[in-house]
Amino acid sequence: MNLPTDRLYTKEHEWVKLDGATATVGITDYAQSSLGDIVYVELPKPGTAVTQFKQMGVVESVKAVSDIYSPVSGQVSEANADVENDPAKVNNDPYGAGWLVKVKVSGPDSLAGLLKAPEYQAILDAAQ
Amino acid sequence: MYTPHTNDEIRKMLEAIGAPSLEALSDPPKGLAIKQPLDVAPALPEAQAYARIQAMAQDNDAARMLSFLGAGAYRHYQPPAVPYFAFRSEFLTAYTPYQAEASQGSLQAIFEWQSYVCLLTGMDVSNASVYDGSSALVEAMVMASQATGRRRIAVSRAVHPAYREVLATYARGMGIEIVELPVDADGLTMMPEKLPEVAAIAMQSPNFFGVIDEVARAGAAAHAGGALLVHVTVEALALAVLKTPRELGADIAVGDAASFGLPIGYGGPYVGFVATTKEHVRRLPGRLVGETHDVDGRRAYVLTLQGREQHIRRELASSNICTNQALCALIATIYLATVGRKGLTEIACRNMANARALATALSEVPGFGIAHRSPYFNEFVLRTPHPAAELAAKMSKRGVLAGVPLSRFYPELTHELLVCATELTSQHDIAALARALAEDAKHAVAAV
Amino acid sequence: MPSLLFELGAPGRGNDFVSPAGNASAFLDRAALRADLPLPDLTELEVARHFTQLSHRNFSVDTNFYPLGSCTMKYNPKLNEAVAGFPGFTDLHPLAPDEGAQGALQLLYHMERTLASLFGMEAFSLMPAAGAHGEITAMLMAKKYFTERGERERITCIVPDTAHGTNPASAAMVGYHVVSVPSNARGRTDLRALRSKLDPSIAVCMMTNPNTLGLFEDEIVEMTQAVHDAGGLMYYDGANANAIVGLCRPGDMGFDLMHLNLHKTFSVPHGGGGPGSGPVGANARLAPFLPAPVVARDQSGAYYWDDERPRSIGKVRAFAAHFLAIVRAYAYVAVHGAEGLRRNSQLAVLNANYMRAKIKPFLTVPYADTCRHEFVCSADELKKATGVRALDLAKGLLDAGIHAPTMYWPHVVPECLMIEPTETEDQRTLDAFVEALSALVARAHEDPAALRQLPLHTPVRRVDEAQVGRLANKGVGLRWTPARAQELGTTSRSTRAKLESGP
Repeated sequence: MNLPTDRLYTKEHEWVKLDGATATVGITDYAQSSLGDIVYVELPKPGTAVTQFKQMGVVESVKAVSDIYSPVSGQVSEANADVENDPAKVNNDPYGAGWLVKVKVSGPDSLAGLLKAPEYQAILDAAQ
Repeated sequence: MYTPHTNDEIRKMLEAIGAPSLEALSDPPKGLAIKQPLDVAPALPEAQAYARIQAMAQDNDAARMLSFLGAGAYRHYQPPAVPYFAFRSEFLTAYTPYQAEASQGSLQAIFEWQSYVCLLTGMDVSNASVYDGSSALVEAMVMASQATGRRRIAVSRAVHPAYREVLATYARGMGIEIVELPVDADGLTMMPEKLPEVAAIAMQSPNFFGVIDEVARAGAAAHAGGALLVHVTVEALALAVLKTPRELGADIAVGDAASFGLPIGYGGPYVGFVATTKEHVRRLPGRLVGETHDVDGRRAYVLTLQGREQHIRRELASSNICTNQALCALIATIYLATVGRKGLTEIACRNMANARALATALSEVPGFGIAHRSPYFNEFVLRTPHPAAELAAKMSKRGVLAGVPLSRFYPELTHELLVCATELTSQHDIAALARALAEDAKHAVAAV
Repeated sequence: MPSLLFELGAPGRGNDFVSPAGNASAFLDRAALRADLPLPDLTELEVARHFTQLSHRNFSVDTNFYPLGSCTMKYNPKLNEAVAGFPGFTDLHPLAPDEGAQGALQLLYHMERTLASLFGMEAFSLMPAAGAHGEITAMLMAKKYFTERGERERITCIVPDTAHGTNPASAAMVGYHVVSVPSNARGRTDLRALRSKLDPSIAVCMMTNPNTLGLFEDEIVEMTQAVHDAGGLMYYDGANANAIVGLCRPGDMGFDLMHLNLHKTFSVPHGGGGPGSGPVGANARLAPFLPAPVVARDQSGAYYWDDERPRSIGKVRAFAAHFLAIVRAYAYVAVHGAEGLRRNSQLAVLNANYMRAKIKPFLTVPYADTCRHEFVCSADELKKATGVRALDLAKGLLDAGIHAPTMYWPHVVPECLMIEPTETEDQRTLDAFVEALSALVARAHEDPAALRQLPLHTPVRRVDEAQVGRLANKGVGLRWTPARAQELGTTSRSTRAKLESGP
């Protein structure tokens, strides 16, 4: 699996891409592949406060349900309505059109503890 | 016995396992061996077991008596086609349809049940069944609480007392408060001036008194306060003719479909249904069957949205229900298919006609009258000149189950008897009850 | 391809069931009535063909072997069906006076006494409708018990990581916080880990014995002792009772509360997903909290419903029991007696161990000890070597006319298959299963891609669960509608005609 290097990762298989003070969040290709066909996503509404590494939503596939943990602290500015309407996008394009939420990051501290691409890749390799 | 093993086979199998004896494999650790004789009757040969149980069945005089009992269990005609097909081995001895390829029969039947429930209630989605109407009401309470975030519900006192008891048992355990709505002299639920903040209002119609209750009014009050309306059906046959729960404003329609071909069987099994609008589909408890295709493009049915259920979600499941009432739902589905729109409507109208004939005959007996002026389906409350409980007891000694004394559930209603007529109630039956009540009244007068 | 009922029929078809009584508007105001009732009218022949054809698209115990772990798919005796159909039972109203229901009450009373003795409990309630229903009933009892004692800080429920999903779900429904305890390398719940989780907040520990790996919890007495010492209660999930009936008793192990699944252990048929029956048992301390009413016997020997139960949690069902299910279980006990029940347990254990011994050579069996009535094996090695998973093996068994074993549970074993043959299967059937599974494993090594195509010979093949899941979350595709039928392209000619002719 080719990991995009323009973003950071968590060990719970989320990715986060920063653009100024706004972070876009999604789940990784490994996550969508393990879950299987995704049938439903439950995302926090805009305005919701999120805390780093705490549960903020749910991704449900045919055979499993997985919590999504926020990689950053801040406030949700947008939830991807496309993905709520068509959850398959998360399977098909987890790093692009399958993004889940945008978060207005509350400060530089809220980015601590995130993994760079090679570090996340090492976790995946160890799991095999 | 039902086990096939010969001693020779057991020996060969033990050899293959490498175990010395059955005991070596199956005995518990020494300290746990059973020390006392068990209180279990010695085994009977099959013919004797049959005869013994048959004698027990025959020792139920009430099963043979002329009956006007309703109150949540209604005597209806079961077309022989219904058990004939429902009890086919392939349905009866099948497992839960987790493997779609091996269960298309069961799955399609459940899909048809879900569809029937939606057509009857006017709702968008129905689940595959729950234990009975009372547990369906409990599930509705949980759904409404989750949907609104509120931990209080309002329930009409005209909802079946046993259903309210079950609701109270769960509410106590779950920390949900129940507010009771009173009933007026016409058997109709009274809406308070100011409704407290509740997750839902639950109304039964026809209600426990047989009365067609003012559900739409309750719905308006519920919605005005940001609450849901839960409609409860205990006599499912009424769904054939009355305005649908959806039309009356219900967000969740629950109840029991036992009237669709299930025997009253001393209390069960029956079959509960839970149906709702698209908005609440993810809150539905239990199994759901959906329609899809297989890899060859054939139409196929499969359990879906299992992510809500206990075997995946575990402690976060929307309900703990696993085994439900699949065969009972099948019986109801075959019943509805067998009688059809035409038959169901005719049976419902025959119920109404017979109940009115009964009401006329009984209100002509001196001292008796119909308690409520409100419209009813096939059940109504009879006012009695003497305490109804004593009257019912006397009647049952004469071989007639005249009705259910309301004092059994509402201690203050001492002179009221709940009576029911169905399509199985004949003119002869009605005349017999009227005669028995008249004779009893004469003796009571004479004794004074 | 079978049609749906709603695609069949024509207005006016069907028998005359009652003498006509006129229109509904003759009895009620039009404002109270529904405008129409859009149900199909079918002839009895249409109904007959429809449901008979549907029945041909099902596996069932009477046609197929179901080695489903934890489900106990034993043979359902027809004697049970016959006695459950007696009019003296089917026509009996639940609110009939007790004097007129003595036969039914006697049956319930003796069933209750029998279960109490068999499982070492003080008393049983026959009210709960299924196992999960029994579980939540017991949780409600535990909660009331602690509330009465003023111990409101007891809010934790401990379950092993191998527990059935209904266990934590039931605990959570009453607000308990669920804590999981790991299993050890021997496949037993880890006693030390359990002890470490015990604190003053413990309310209930839910376990089953044998556990869902099919292994007897040999430290069960130490476990029940530890939980009692911490002030908690022990709950026995009776799903695996088929290994112990007549051999040992949960009451003797120290369990305070338990449930049974009559549709597993006591041969009541599964019915495609119910109705079941889940009696709840309690020891002397907890018995007062059982649901009311219970069946009792007075001095004259007459049976009656006893509702004088002030400490009861109340009702969990509108009426007292799944009576017709209990009649079936009663017949099962009647022809077996204690000796026969014990022998069934022994033979269930024999059959499981035989299969385990035969499967060990070609599929990983993770635990070294002999099993009880069920065992687990794992396709994890096979998956690593060939890519073929437990799911694919399960689908392949369907082609051999064998229902798949329980899959992917317990979660502690990857690519898990849980196998429970029950005592009513003969060696020939067990050998056929082993042969079929062995052939699939062999084929997996030669041609893994082929296994992903299985099954080939069932009425439908692998279904598109993603499509239906996505629609279902929007409340679509869960019922027949004219629009949906058209979308799926399976509209019958008459339905298409109906649609074309307009509403």
